[in-house]
Order: sequence, then C-alpha cells, then structure tokens
Amino acid sequence: MMIINLIGLVLIALIVWWFWLYKPAKAVDASADNITVVVNNGIYQPSRIKVFEGKKTTLQFLRKDGSPCAATVLFPAFEISEELPLNANKTIELPSMLTGEYLFHCPMKMYTGTLIVEKE
Amino acid sequence: MNKIIKNNTDKKTQELIIDGASCASCVGKIEVALRSIDGVDSAEMNFALRTVTVTGTVEIELLIKAVESIGYNAKSAEDKSDDELIDEKDIADQKYYKSLMRQVWIALGLGIPLMVYSLAGGPMTVDTSLERGVWFFIGILCAAIMYFSGKHFYIGAWKSFTNHTANMDTLIALGTGTAWIYSMVVVFFPMILPEMARHVYFEATAMIIGLIDLGLALEVKARGRTSEAIKRLIGLQAKTARVVRDVNGKPQEIDIAIEQVLLNDIVRVRPGEKISVDGIVIQGYTSIDESMLTGEPMPVEKSEEDEVVAGTLNKTGSILFKATRVGKDTALAQIINMVKRAQNSKPSIGRLADVISAYFVPVVMITSIVSALVWLNFGPDPAVAFAVVSATTVLIIACPCALGLATPMSVMVGVGKAAEAGVLIRNGEALQTASKITAMILDKTGTITEGAPKVTDVLIADESYSESYILKAASSLESGSEHPLAQAIVDSTIQSGIDPETVTDFNAIAGHGVQATFKGRELLFGNQKLMLKNGVPLMEFVEKAQKLADEAKTPMYLAIDKKLAAIIAVSDPIKADSVSAIKRLQANGIRVVMLTGDNKATANAVAKKVGITEVFAEVLPEDKSNKVAELQAQGEIVGMTGDGINDAPALALANVGFAIGTGTDVAIESADITLMRGSLHGLADAIAVSKATLRNIKQNLFGAFIYNVAGVPFAAGLLYPFFGLLLNPVIAGAAMAFSSLTVVTNANRLRFFKPQEH
Repeated sequence: MMIINLIGLVLIALIVWWFWLYKPAKAVDASADNITVVVNNGIYQPSRIKVFEGKKTTLQFLRKDGSPCAATVLFPAFEISEELPLNANKTIELPSMLTGEYLFHCPMKMYTGTLIVEKE
Repeated sequence: MNKIIKNNTDKKTQELIIDGASCASCVGKIEVALRSIDGVDSAEMNFALRTVTVTGTVEIELLIKAVESIGYNAKSAEDKSDDELIDEKDIADQKYYKSLMRQVWIALGLGIPLMVYSLAGGPMTVDTSLERGVWFFIGILCAAIMYFSGKHFYIGAWKSFTNHTANMDTLIALGTGTAWIYSMVVVFFPMILPEMARHVYFEATAMIIGLIDLGLALEVKARGRTSEAIKRLIGLQAKTARVVRDVNGKPQEIDIAIEQVLLNDIVRVRPGEKISVDGIVIQGYTSIDESMLTGEPMPVEKSEEDEVVAGTLNKTGSILFKATRVGKDTALAQIINMVKRAQNSKPSIGRLADVISAYFVPVVMITSIVSALVWLNFGPDPAVAFAVVSATTVLIIACPCALGLATPMSVMVGVGKAAEAGVLIRNGEALQTASKITAMILDKTGTITEGAPKVTDVLIADESYSESYILKAASSLESGSEHPLAQAIVDSTIQSGIDPETVTDFNAIAGHGVQATFKGRELLFGNQKLMLKNGVPLMEFVEKAQKLADEAKTPMYLAIDKKLAAIIAVSDPIKADSVSAIKRLQANGIRVVMLTGDNKATANAVAKKVGITEVFAEVLPEDKSNKVAELQAQGEIVGMTGDGINDAPALALANVGFAIGTGTDVAIESADITLMRGSLHGLADAIAVSKATLRNIKQNLFGAFIYNVAGVPFAAGLLYPFFGLLLNPVIAGAAMAFSSLTVVTNANRLRFFKPQEH
C-alpha cells in the first residue's frame, strides 16, 4: 500500500513539476541563422527562441496544422498579429527588443512560445 | 567562358520585369549583364514590355542581383499576386474542412446511434457473453474512429505534453482515452469491477471526437469568409492597362498586364474602362464614377491636371493620364492592405474553455490521482474498484463537452434570430462584442441618407409656368447632359410620370450648365455663373438659393427665354427612419458620431436634422480608420457603420463594423455585420440581439461549467463519507449528456427573444 501511495504522490509531484515548475533551458539562437518555427500538432517547434537585445529579428513560420487557432500568431508585447498560411512560409519581422522574455501564442493560447532577449 | 555544364532538365525559362530602363540603350546593357552569368544561355529583353526572358540554369535571385548591380530594379514576373495567394489559402482551407467533415460523419455515425440507444434506456452493461462480443466489436470500431477522426487530438496532446503544456487536446485525449480504456476493461475483465460499474462509455468517446471535430470544421468555414473582402477589392483592379510605349522607335499604345505598368507611363483609358493605376490626367475630359471608393454616388468630372484613382470607373470620355502611383502604392492597394491589417489586428476574445484548460487539466489529473489514493487507503471493499471508478469518473466528468457547446449554440441561435430582423452577422465574436458598443460612428452618404440624389424642391419664379412644365423642360434638357446631377433630375421626373422630350441646339458649357432650344424657346439650366453670363436677373432668388444650399441641397437655376423661371434643388435625402433609429441608439446610452467626406455645411445640416451633435466633416478616406482608432484610444468600444469602399478600413478596424446591405460589396465583406434592410434600426436590433445572446451564453457557461466544477469533487467521492453517495461513471456520462441538453435547451430559449418594436 505504501508503494502505491508513494507512486501516486510521485505522479502528482511529476505533474506539478512537468506542467508548472519545469523551465526548459534550451533555447534556439535566432541570431545565427534564419529560424523556421514549425507550427504543428499543438506546438511551436522550436518554442523557445533566443535573440539579442537591440537587434531586429526575422522569424519564419511554417504552419502544417490546419486547426483554426494555429492560423494566427500573436506577439502581444509588440502588437503583432499575423495570419499564417497553411503549408507555406511566412516571414515575420520583429522590432528590436529590450532584454526580457516575451510570449508569442495563438489567439486561444493553445500554442505558446517564448522569445528570450539577451544582451549580446 | 568557363560555363558549368548541367543536366538539361535543370534548364528553365524565367521572366523578369525590369524597372528603371528608360532608354533603348539599356537593353544591351541588361542583356549583356545577364548573359555574362555562368549558367545563362540566353537573355532577351522586350523593351516595350520592359521584360527580359532568360533561359538557363541560374536561380532567379542571382539574375535579379545581376540586374540590380548595373543600376536597375528587377522582380520575378512569377511573383504570386495577392489574388493567387488568397486562392491557394482558400483551397487549403477547403481541403482541411472537407477532411474534418469526413471525420465528423464517421465519428457521429457510430456515436449518435449509441447515444440514442443509451438515452432510450438500452443497457450499456456487460453481463452476458453475447453482450461482451457485441461491445468488443463496438470497442474495436470505436478505436478505429479514435484513429481516423481523433488522431490529431492524441498527437496534439502528446506533443503538448512533451512541451510541458496542457490544452484542449489533452482534455479530449484524456477523457476519450480513459472512457475507451475503462470500457475495454469492462468488456474484458468485468469481474474486477463492482456490478454497478460495469458500464461501457464508447458512445462518449465517439460523440466527443465527432462534436469537437464539427466545431473545428465550422470555425474553418467561418474563417474562410474573411478573405472575401480582400478578394473583392482585388477584383476591382483592372487586369490590364493600355500604355503608350516606344515600339521600334515609334510610340504606340499597347495592352500590358497591370503589374508591368511603370511610374510615369502614359496610360490610355476609354469610356467604360477601369482606371488601372493612380495618376494625373494629361489629356481629355471625362466623368468618373468614384462611388466604389468614396461612397458618393455622383460621378466626378475630370480634366487635365485632375487626379484619377485606380479601380474607379471611367464613364464618358477617353483620357490619357500619367501614372503617379503603381503596384502596391496605389490608393486601392493601400486600402486592401489596411483591410488586411485591420482584420488581423482585431483582438480575439479568449474562450473560457481554453483559458482555463491550461490550469484545469493538471488540476483534474491530480484530483483523479488523489481520489484514487484516498479510496485505496480509506475506502470500503472493493477498494481497488472504487479507486478505479472514481479516478476514471473524475476524468470523464472533467471533459468539457458542454463547455465547448455553450458558446457556439447560443451564437448559432442568436445569429439566426438577428437574420430574421434583417441583420446578417459575420462571426460569433461580432455578435458578442456588439452588446458592449459604447460609441457608434455613422457614415453620412448612403448610411444616414439614401445615397442617391433626388429633386427635393422646385421654386417657381415665374407663375406662368406650372411645376410639371418646369420639370419636363429641365429633364428634357438634362437628358442630353453628362453632368452628374443631370441623372438625378431625369430619374426624379420620370418617377413622377413626366417623360423628357428631345431638345435642339444642345450645348454643354463646362463648369456652368447647359443650354438648348425646347419647343422653340431658349432654355438655360445651371448655376449662378451661367445666369450672370447670360444676363438673367436673379433678384431675391439668390437668397432663396443660398437658403437651399444651407440645407445641404444643390440649387440650380432654370431660365426660359433669358428670364428666370424656377430654381430646382437636388439633394441626397435622409432615410425616413434614420432619426428614430439614431434616437434608439442614444436611448441605449451610445455616443453617436457622424463621419463624412462631405463639406462642413452639408454635414452640419444633416446632423442637426437627425439629432447628432458630434460631427467630423471633410474626412479623407484614409482618415476614417484613424477616427475609429481615436475613439478606441479614448476607451470606447466602437461600432462603425458605412457603405462605401472608403469605409472598408474603418469597418474592419472598428470593434464591430456594420455595412449597409445596399452598399458596396467590399464594405459588406469588410464589416462584421450587414444590415440587409438598409435601415439604421438594424443597429439597435443587432445590439439587442447581441445583449440577449451574451446573457444566454453566460447562462450556458454556468450551466455547463457547474457540471464540471461540482461534478469533479462529487466524482472523487467527497460526498461518500457523509451521504454514502458516489458518482459512478454511468451518472458521469448522463451528467455530461444532460449538461449538453441543458445548454441546447437554454440556447433554444433565445428563439423567443424579440428585439424592441419600432
């Protein structure tokens, strides 16, 4: 019985950690190359993108998912809202940003990603 | 030359459009520059068309760079136009819609019969081996549906799980997955479960997948309509233009594609043709119908030095004009862009079901585990069965099936209700937002007024003529005229049963009026200048004419044999019910603002009549949307009502755009709501329906959500220690069905709603 309880508690701890506490460290560097963010199966891939402060950044989006929510991507901090065509590249230009983390997401926030702006 | 020899199959013929090549000597320079690239076999320029055809294996970007390096601009002739891009998007959306609908029919094809069977009281239990066999077969069918119709939920749930997020997919996958696994356990090992819990939930799995796919399909369909406005605007553009260019050293008129028109090209437009690009008239005289751009119904006279705008329609004369703005710079292209941007920038109201799901899902998962553990530790025998039942029931009842139905059902009924009142609502969001409108901007021409000028006053100056004689003389005279106001007079008199007759010695005097002989009498019809020029005394009638002008009317003098006979005034009359409709809006506490491109005097006169105090006159088309933004910045939720293409950007930017059904198609497509009757009462009706719908949605959300919120702790067994009550999966399934029923019934209640009588 102890083991089962333990398994249950571990499961709960895992859920809490997995959905709320986990902070992914990996972020793809957007300064090196043109990054293509693939929109498919409920996620942006990559979903964490590192860019440098004070530099304009260009992101390519490629939507493979037909779901209506995926069709628009919002960068609320920069008042950017762009429609993403299905199975075609869409270039989105971001203004130069200050250090910090900025979310980008679909209108219903089912797809979420983070821009991490760092000092060069 | 050290050319790279490549496989012949790599060879292609590409076309470039060259900008900036103004002399024939450029041809050689460009051809040489292109031919010197490794991999180019031939490059031939058509100077008249400003295009180069290049054969070879080189990518187009390299060719463009080569042309640019010698000082010219180049672009691929195959760059997709907006038109083609939208078509491609539509085809992709259509395909997705069709595949979703296939998935819907397959899932509901199994789900509906099972649901009906279950609601009709058919046993969903596994007691005999026959039942076991039948349910096993249905379980396999259900698994096939999960794969065919619901695969995307499971992949999405898994992907988002690996991405540390939980969303709607997670809930659907968990709910349907648990229902299916639980049901399969019932089929294979009924004995490990208490008898009361040997219930299968295959119908829940199939129904949930089918319904959610249906919701997605409807959303895709609704979204597709937003590109219609852009498509229609693009359709306004001429496809070709006739330009004057040097061919073999001689200037000739040639027809070319609109994309190939260059700055400063001389363009010929014949009567009945559309203006291809923006420009300035350099030769000829004509009248141009700019109504699609300005909303003003009267054609505008154009002569040398006047500006012409792409997309407008040339009516009478043939003109030559110099292109001053081409391609993406034309006024029409900019309007298209503004509409596109405004459509995209519209804030989307987050849906409750999705906002909560990020927190809801992990909480439900934890609750499910906790309840299982509590049952295992403290529950009566058979503890394992109780634990499994409660954990599964929590997951099943947590699946927000009715929550997903709550909003769309009310919106569907609300939209239908509004349609009965002649109000067509484009999307659910507009219906929701309309109730929150605090400021309503009304365009003047065609919105508050009829939009078609009519004869409003006939002041007789010489009592020896009857009104019908005056009208007959005026319309006979004007039926030969091309003047924009002439048509209003002819139409008005024909409507009152007077037919124009033929006149002789007809002569139109530009900027003054017309002159002719009618039944042996010399007629003059036009403005004050025409009368003064011909020595016709006007006396006190100048004052009377001024009074008419102050009332937003255009007065014209008619002289017979050089003696003033009458003043005929033409104006755009205010719609019969505009005053009462505006009062109704104001009674709702809405700030009503009038916006027009017309002059201040006319605007103020109209505003005064309809009881509007806030007026913005002489507003340029591009500034209309700025006014919307200005009010939004003041914290207003802005409704915009208009009928012309010039209103389109403002309609798209406003929180809710209302188009008059008798207006242009572009305005209708840019707006969220169309008033089919053309009456402004539609605005108050739409707002009333919107308020009722929103109230209904809130009731629905409560009705749906209460099952989830109250159901989860109940399902976990919280009431068991006190009342011995435990929600088993049967009740959970019934509760789910019942919550959907509540939502559907409540939404249907909206059908009895009546917007205020007027």
